[in-house]
Amino acid sequence: MKFSLSWLKQYLETEATVEQVAARLNAIGLEVEGIEDPAAKLSGFRVARVLTAERHPQADKLQVLTVDTGEGDPLQVVCGAPNARAGLVGVLGLPGATVPANGLVLRKSAIRGVESNGMMCSTRELELGEDHDGIIELPADAPVGMAFAEYHGADPVIEVAVTPNRPDCMGIYGIARDLAAAGLGTLQPIGALDISGSYPCPVEIRTDDPEGCPAFYGRVIRGVRNGPSPQWLQDRLKSAGQRPISALVDATNYMMLAHGRPAHAYDLAKLNGPVVARRAKDGETVAALNEKTYTLDSGMTVIADDGGVHDIAGIMGGAHSGCGEETTDVLLEIAYFDPERIAATGRKLNLTSDARSRFERGIDPGFLDTGLAHLTELIQTLCGGEASEVMRAGTAPDRPRIVHFAPALVEKLGGVRVEPGEQKRILASLGFTVVGEEANWEEEWAVTVPGWRPDIDGAPDIVEEVVRIHGLDKVESVALPRADGVARPTATSAQKLERRVRRAAAARGLHEAVTWSFLPEADAEVFAPGNGGLWLLSNPISEDMKAMRPSLLPGLLSAARRNLDRGASSLRLFEVGRRYLRGEAGTSDERLTLGLVLAGEKTPRGWVTGKAAPFDAYDAKAEVLALLAEAGAPVEKLQVMIPDALGPGPQFHPGQSATLRLGPKNVLARFGMLHPQVAKHFDVEGPVAVAELYLDAIPGRKGAAGFARSHYAPPALQALTRDYAFLVPAGLPAGDLVRVVQGADKANIAAARLFDDFRGQGVPEGQKSLALEVTLQPLEKSYQEADLKAITDKVTAAAAKLGAVLRG
Amino acid sequence: MEDVELRKLDEILDLGVTSEQYHSTRRKILQAIEEAGTLVDLERERIASLGKAGVVSQWLKLIGTVPPENRPFVSSRFNRLKDEITSALAARRAMLEAAALDARLAAETIDLSLPAPEAPKGSVHPISQVMDELAEIFADMGFAVATGPEIEDDWHNFTALNMPESHPARAMHDTFYFPDRNGGGREMLLRTHTSPVQIRSMLAQGAPLRVIAPGRVYRSDSDATHTPMFHQIEGLVIDKGIHLGHLKWTLETFLKAFFERDDIVLRLRPSYFPFTEPSVEVDVGYANEGGRRVVGGSGDAPGHAWMEVLGSGMVNRRVIEAGGLDPDAWQGFAFGTGVDRLAMLKYGMDDLRAFFDGDVRWLSHYGFSALDVPTLSGGVGMPV
Repeated sequence: MKFSLSWLKQYLETEATVEQVAARLNAIGLEVEGIEDPAAKLSGFRVARVLTAERHPQADKLQVLTVDTGEGDPLQVVCGAPNARAGLVGVLGLPGATVPANGLVLRKSAIRGVESNGMMCSTRELELGEDHDGIIELPADAPVGMAFAEYHGADPVIEVAVTPNRPDCMGIYGIARDLAAAGLGTLQPIGALDISGSYPCPVEIRTDDPEGCPAFYGRVIRGVRNGPSPQWLQDRLKSAGQRPISALVDATNYMMLAHGRPAHAYDLAKLNGPVVARRAKDGETVAALNEKTYTLDSGMTVIADDGGVHDIAGIMGGAHSGCGEETTDVLLEIAYFDPERIAATGRKLNLTSDARSRFERGIDPGFLDTGLAHLTELIQTLCGGEASEVMRAGTAPDRPRIVHFAPALVEKLGGVRVEPGEQKRILASLGFTVVGEEANWEEEWAVTVPGWRPDIDGAPDIVEEVVRIHGLDKVESVALPRADGVARPTATSAQKLERRVRRAAAARGLHEAVTWSFLPEADAEVFAPGNGGLWLLSNPISEDMKAMRPSLLPGLLSAARRNLDRGASSLRLFEVGRRYLRGEAGTSDERLTLGLVLAGEKTPRGWVTGKAAPFDAYDAKAEVLALLAEAGAPVEKLQVMIPDALGPGPQFHPGQSATLRLGPKNVLARFGMLHPQVAKHFDVEGPVAVAELYLDAIPGRKGAAGFARSHYAPPALQALTRDYAFLVPAGLPAGDLVRVVQGADKANIAAARLFDDFRGQGVPEGQKSLALEVTLQPLEKSYQEADLKAITDKVTAAAAKLGAVLRG
Repeated sequence: MEDVELRKLDEILDLGVTSEQYHSTRRKILQAIEEAGTLVDLERERIASLGKAGVVSQWLKLIGTVPPENRPFVSSRFNRLKDEITSALAARRAMLEAAALDARLAAETIDLSLPAPEAPKGSVHPISQVMDELAEIFADMGFAVATGPEIEDDWHNFTALNMPESHPARAMHDTFYFPDRNGGGREMLLRTHTSPVQIRSMLAQGAPLRVIAPGRVYRSDSDATHTPMFHQIEGLVIDKGIHLGHLKWTLETFLKAFFERDDIVLRLRPSYFPFTEPSVEVDVGYANEGGRRVVGGSGDAPGHAWMEVLGSGMVNRRVIEAGGLDPDAWQGFAFGTGVDRLAMLKYGMDDLRAFFDGDVRWLSHYGFSALDVPTLSGGVGMPV
């Protein structure tokens, strides 16, 4: 909402400056988005008279002027305008001034060898109009030397953001009322005008849709002369960002801007038969004033006559029946439309307008006659004509809403003590009628809400009115009481786990990325969960942001590709976030996940390491195990499972990927090399190791275990190691052998570690040699030969179950 | 003295070792030891003197042949010589070993200006860091962290927050919708704010309640300063007797702790949000320093201005009802702010879009060390 200070001051008697007005607007909840002060823009420009004009010696189209600026010697100015001539009074921009239209700062300069001390300006250059054919010509008696801003009568323009609950402030008068309540001046009453007419309204006005259009008032003004509005009206409309069209149209727009009250003027000559508010017929069309044609349906209200639709009610008039130069008789419409109907229609047609934004917020149903009377008067002032009697169809919803409110609530909810008398004054100045005693703070008042405040429907609203006018700055800070007892962690175990793995990953040298939750559908498809389908947006911002990610890997792969494209040689990226799956009963199932991508060089070429080395699946495995350990997963119980129905999925290299599971079903992570086809899809070059940790699948700690650890004392006896080498079938996973050896004699074997995997000389075809270092921990007494032999026998027997044979 | 005594060897005893021999042998041996250039040479000298067949060893065997009354004299003299040689050998050995070690070490010299193997450096994203900071600050005020789904239904995102179907504020939310409906027939959408967590928290936990809800939110809006995904943090207090003064204190305490400045000045402006009544927008004063906004001071002070940082207000009675609580018994406040913007203001990033690009150069520059854990004792902010 934009308006000029002088327009505001028509309704608000005040000496306040534009800054004071703006500060108060902010303080009462009408946020000032900007102040345009043309005086500031026009500083450095002054009224000046051209004394002489000679041809420029070097340029045909230029003239060299001497200009009287009202002080000192005349200045020499080079000018290209055809109308520049001796005797002309215009506007001179002095060196240092900034041209409003293009931001250029004027300087003393030489133009084709001739000194120039400024610029004579056109209206367009000063953003005062579109004329650029020549320089501004002021009346000959304009005071030479006066600052042009002063001469022009620059009127600052304030733009406020009106919140959707305040239809009253969609009119300048409403803003003036709020400011007056806040003590910035005196509100000028809207005078009551005689609304009688000199003849009966010659057109029948009717509402056949009392739900969508409860009230439709109208009258005819005969014998008007339409044409351009006078300058003062044009200036005001322009200050509000409204383009002047013609006096009749401008008058309705003026009413809308001044009082937040949209109205419409029809050219009576273009109407045919009764003018009716009714439901549109399905498929009915109307060519609107914005030169677009809209197809309507029966959920919408229109104003129509026998010939068709003339107005999408409350939103936009039709092109056919609008007023033009030739209009002599006009039908004024002032109506009350149902806000929800307007909102729904506007949404459906995707049509916004100044009228819609007011009707859908809810205009004052009590401002029909008064509005019409003022509109009539304005039109008659501008265009003459004779007004008919008013024809009234239907009645506006009569809603004297009464809110019960105890003045004590202001302090209870608003935290500031305001005397009941002051509360009453504030409410009265905003147009509320208050009935109640001031003595007892707890006794409820009956507060009648004015028609222009549809937003007020409860006692807290009244508190807001009192507090915002009284001043939010008067609310003192009061400390929240601290909860009794010992401070406990405020993060859930899932949140703590998330923080731990995040910092663990960063500590291991990975960079945390935050990528979009949405992906191109094709990328998401590659990682689609397969069972439930993707979440696809109906209205994505672009096709690249259409599908909610079913995995964190696509976003990370795209980030990796961008980095590689920028020349990064080595990438270790991870992200902690949700992947979005389908849940029960149409809900979403959002799972906390950590994804990581290792791409490019693991180690760069080096003087020790030689050639650069790429990442491999073991690098991904190392990250996964380390992070799972930090996350508190029972890493020693995890099994590395080769690809199957539970994972890792077709996005992975089938021979170089696995899942890590706790038990047969619970997949905690998948890791391995990316499938080359997937790498190609994401345009990532070279081998890429990836992993995904399903943080939500990690079992939580059971119960409140307290802080004390289980008892432990380091054994007194020294541990010893024994090496065993086995011949096993080449296809046997080494991890299986390690696990059975480890479990062969739990009392004595503390650890088993594989240190060699050999194929070749001395190992039969189809077999491999696996060597393990087994750590033995005697507990009560040192081992004798017999003890060690017994352990070896158990190890050999356990390994034999996997087809492993101890090498000699 | 020595010579006088040793003359006894010649005059009193007849061992076959004259004092002359004794002296010259001793001199020779000690000289040879002194001159041994290598450990091998030294060993040879040891064998020649103290070895089984060595001169001194042979002499020692003669002690037994001396009559008992003179034995102590001979024994002491010969053993003294043995000790003398032994310590000379040890001294020479130590010297030779030290020299050999020095030589070996000299040969082992390496160029330490060559690069050492580098461990990769990782980082924590500024958003995560700031979320941890916020959790820490609010934990001190007793706020627990709550979460909710990002794919929400329109009841939780709008209706329960006092934005019924036709509410004009809905249109201002630039909502992303899904074609899907949930089991209750509710339209599914991407939450436009973290406020639905208010409803979920009230329904799940009842009152009294103090929660913050950080997380991703979505608006169909994309330009230089808006991204379709961003991060918000929501705060909610439901209790008895909570009023605007408590809200103001909480926000002041929060912003002062977050920016670690006592001179944070807030300006509260009345505003409108459907889910609060009264509603308050919160500006913070800042100065422009070197093209950057530096929070602190009053926005009305010279060189300063106000910037909006928070939306807040007293929770609307309808919202409390939707949360399953009695609005006559409970009241409270709620607030919400952008985490990305707080991060930018505090740590000086100027491009929101870069937050979501995953550019390792940017992450290395603006990211945080894993060990930069915000704590109340160590400070929640990480200075440069």
